[in-house]
Amino acid sequence: MTEETQKIHFKIYRYNPETDKAPVMKDYYLEVPKATDMMLLSALIQLKAQDETIAFRRSCREGVCGSDGMNINGRNGLACITTLSSLKQPIVIRPLPGFPVVRDLVVDMEQFYRQYEKIKPYLQNDEPAPAKERLQSPKDRKKLDGLYECILCACCSSSCPSFWWNPDKFIGPAGLLQAYRFIVDSRDNQTTERLKDLEDPFSVFRCRGIMNCVDVCPKGLNPTKAIGKIRSQLLKEGT
Amino acid sequence: MVSNVTSYSGNGLRDWLAQRLSAVVMVAYVVLLAVYFAMHPVAEQTSWQQLFGHVWMKIITVIVLLNLVVHAWIGIWTIFTDYIKPMWLRVCLELAVILVLAGYLVWGIDILWSV
Repeated sequence: MTEETQKIHFKIYRYNPETDKAPVMKDYYLEVPKATDMMLLSALIQLKAQDETIAFRRSCREGVCGSDGMNINGRNGLACITTLSSLKQPIVIRPLPGFPVVRDLVVDMEQFYRQYEKIKPYLQNDEPAPAKERLQSPKDRKKLDGLYECILCACCSSSCPSFWWNPDKFIGPAGLLQAYRFIVDSRDNQTTERLKDLEDPFSVFRCRGIMNCVDVCPKGLNPTKAIGKIRSQLLKEGT
Repeated sequence: MVSNVTSYSGNGLRDWLAQRLSAVVMVAYVVLLAVYFAMHPVAEQTSWQQLFGHVWMKIITVIVLLNLVVHAWIGIWTIFTDYIKPMWLRVCLELAVILVLAGYLVWGIDILWSV
């Protein structure tokens, strides 16, 4: 018995800055079983078998590594946890907006990581370390929920106009979510210094609260809320 | 920490707070005027003169004007630093806005004290 199939239409952004004058949207078609719950990443891998020049990043294929963030039908998301059946055709795939394109769907994440580095994403505590470990009460540990789960896929920062206009000065939603994760951590005692590093007009305050970051986060996190909490803490310390 | 000399206070928290507090002051002024006009309908020039002839009204209006200037500067500076990337053009535009805002302020004070 032959399985019923359907033809899926893709429009994929193709650009090699070294050889192409301008990017083009190229059409691709893929035959898939009609009743499929195939993920977009699997479809892209099959398309790559058709045309091996398509470039995209991928790794864990289960929404954990954050490698395959891309713009899918105008909305940032992870290809590996986006089902084909949830997408309207033609499925338009572009690289993450606002980031320099290295090739096709692969973007240069350097500025994004530089902003992440700025918030010092590690525990800082200048008190002598206890013999075993720095303990944390379940109540304090709970404060990290909704913050530590970020996988740095950049879907949020790449959907944020403030980050598009000032990627060198505004930390961006991903970095700020992590900044708050360390500010609120009871084991970190550099809170005042961390807040001081954020009180300029750009690092935090360039956020206009439009919540694009919340809308696209594939892990369901809320950077806008974390940014609001950083502002409240700054206000508490500064007034 | 990103340093910037052209923002209102050079400090994000102060700018942010100033923008919000100035907004509250302006809303309070509009509400005050609305309540006053509801109770004393202003029909002719003499009633306008009567209202703005009071020294307290002049003082309140000047405070609101100052708040308006601060509020506008913070907002426009933010828009310029978002969208105007060539530094020379941004500085020229910032200077033009500062002159216009200062002009409005002086003009406003002049109008008030001529009543």
